[in-house]
Amino acid sequence: MKKLLERIGNVDRRVIFVLMALAVIVPLALKLTMEMPVGEGPSYELYEYIDQLPADSRVLMSFDYDPSTKPELQPMARALVAHMLGSDLNIVAMALWPQGATLGQEILSGVSDSLGAEQYEDWVNMGYKTGGQVLIVRLGTSIEAAFPTDLENVPYGEIPMLSDVSTLRDFDLVVTLSAGDPGIPAWVMIASDRFGVPVGGGCTAVSAPQFYPYLQQRDGERPQMEGLLGGLRGAADYETLIERPGLAAAGMSAQSIAHLVIMVFIVIGNITFFATGRKKRTKGGGR
Amino acid sequence: MRLYVPLAITFVAGMIMILQFFIPHQPFPMLGDGVQDWYVIVASSAIFLGILNLLRVHVKKIRLRKRHWQYSPVTIVGFLTMFVSGVAWGVTEETPFYYLFNQMVVPMGATMFSLLAFFVASAAFRAFRASNWRATLLLASAFLVMLGRVPIGDIIWRWIPGAAESSHPYLVSEIAEWIMQFPNMAGQRAILIGAAMGVVATSLRMIFGIERSYLGGAD
Amino acid sequence: MTIEILGIWAGALLTLCLYSFLYRDNPFYRFAEHLFVGMSAGYWAVYTIFYVLKPNWWDRLVGAGDADPNLLWIIPGVLAMLMLLRVVPKLAVYSRLPLALIVGGGAGLQLVTFFQTNGLKQVENTIIPLTGGGTVGLVNNLILVAGVVCGLVYFFFSKAHKGFTGGMASTGITILMVAFGASFGYTVMARISLLIGQTQFLLFEWLPTIPRVLGL
Repeated sequence: MKKLLERIGNVDRRVIFVLMALAVIVPLALKLTMEMPVGEGPSYELYEYIDQLPADSRVLMSFDYDPSTKPELQPMARALVAHMLGSDLNIVAMALWPQGATLGQEILSGVSDSLGAEQYEDWVNMGYKTGGQVLIVRLGTSIEAAFPTDLENVPYGEIPMLSDVSTLRDFDLVVTLSAGDPGIPAWVMIASDRFGVPVGGGCTAVSAPQFYPYLQQRDGERPQMEGLLGGLRGAADYETLIERPGLAAAGMSAQSIAHLVIMVFIVIGNITFFATGRKKRTKGGGR
Repeated sequence: MRLYVPLAITFVAGMIMILQFFIPHQPFPMLGDGVQDWYVIVASSAIFLGILNLLRVHVKKIRLRKRHWQYSPVTIVGFLTMFVSGVAWGVTEETPFYYLFNQMVVPMGATMFSLLAFFVASAAFRAFRASNWRATLLLASAFLVMLGRVPIGDIIWRWIPGAAESSHPYLVSEIAEWIMQFPNMAGQRAILIGAAMGVVATSLRMIFGIERSYLGGAD
Repeated sequence: MTIEILGIWAGALLTLCLYSFLYRDNPFYRFAEHLFVGMSAGYWAVYTIFYVLKPNWWDRLVGAGDADPNLLWIIPGVLAMLMLLRVVPKLAVYSRLPLALIVGGGAGLQLVTFFQTNGLKQVENTIIPLTGGGTVGLVNNLILVAGVVCGLVYFFFSKAHKGFTGGMASTGITILMVAFGASFGYTVMARISLLIGQTQFLLFEWLPTIPRVLGL
């Protein structure tokens, strides 16, 4: 028995890789679905906040990510844009990450076509600028100074939907999709806490736990963030809430099975570790 | 010149940004706007510095026939392909640049990071040990969050007879959300406050010229 | 083969090249890795020149459209050029000037914003009434308040962690362990989500094109 456990403990990592791949591929290939109700929480709060905004409200949407986190953030971007354009909100898009500008364009253009929204009337993509937090401060005094043209080089003054927009304060909400720095903290610090513009958004699951302090609601006060979509689950929540199930909702069964497999790995790893007496050998080894 | 001018620029730029926040009267807003506009331009040059370095490293690798030099032309050709297509046809939809980005850069970027799923699984198997009670607590918290943030946690819970009809049919996700809302928030907030104090102290040291390591040499 | 299918195949083959690393390091992986770095750098260069420097600097300097030229913009241009001198060892010292602007501006801004958002605001949000929410509310708020205070004590090294301070630090690290556990759970979730995204691409976008390409 001990020998068997030792062999399991020393298993080639490629065996683990194959099991991991199967845990993801099989549920996706079988199109396995699982019931997933959305309870009260940060995802619902963001949905509710956007849903109560009156038609023609202005939302500044910042695509602060790149392809490395696309599988998590692109589905939530698609769901958010669909909800906002479907609710007749006006979206001014921008990016603090260079590759976010193109990823955002793909979403805006695709969703806009499916909903019959018009570029420059319902949405505009201003593209990318360097500067991160410093750039956001500049938006607080003049958006035109930071973005003289949009992504297609149309001058700011010639874009109809921007005719009465001059600073960050002219927006009813900032939505940021954030994969790191610059991202949610920069927007909360400047847009929310300095200029008083409500901020909501989505982020990768890796960074979601650190943004929970911004979500705390105190009596009679606006929270620092109006809601948060955390990772693929957050995206799946939003797809469910707007009743447009997409890639995120479809991935939840695979996510479930993969989590179970990882937990089994941890349990087996611990069993083999303790049963084969390796604890004694590593005692005092600074584990 | 080598030391005092950079230190003076750091001090002035830092003070302008601080004063712009506390004194919303001219000339500070105007000076602040100026620093911010210049910052955007100068920060862009840092990107060029990175690109220049990348190309330099690969050209040198080819010249000296260093190990794996055969792949360096791939980097240079990849760079030139994107650059030339962007310069020649622009970056908007239906341009070669847009196509190359979406069909090649995006899948490669996403795949590169998805490799981590396999390494996380391997690390979980080999390194995540319940070696003392605090580590066990960490493990328990991780398990509850991993189960509670996906539908299967509640499905397993409802397999228990009577659980589906109880007042908490989604108990596992409720526990996960509770962990996030209270112990996690407390821990993260302690880290945020601690780190904020660190940022304030470091910023002050930089603005007043005590911290000079960013200048890249001891003067 | 349409241009769309060609793109899907390019993406899929590069994806498989990168996944081949899981078996072991190999020329296919290295090819895709180098290509990714080069193409990403090309993307950054194009965006920085045509979407940052041209509209935000050059057009203002020369006065594009009806605007008058503004020669003040020569200064950030010169500073940007000086930054590039970092690659010339003899002249690298001049790159300190633009670096000083970046560091100074960033430090000045962060001093205020971090103190306000991550410092004061977090302290303010921790000062909450413990009572009023029933027993559950009391326990929850107590965990929040005690967790933050004890967590901070754990990070405070100017006093030895003994006696009462030691007890608080011990409570602090316990709360932090629960938070780290939650972070680990979310990290696992994130990595798997990325794998799901690429698997969906291979299964639902690439695989269906294989019969078409092979003429089946």
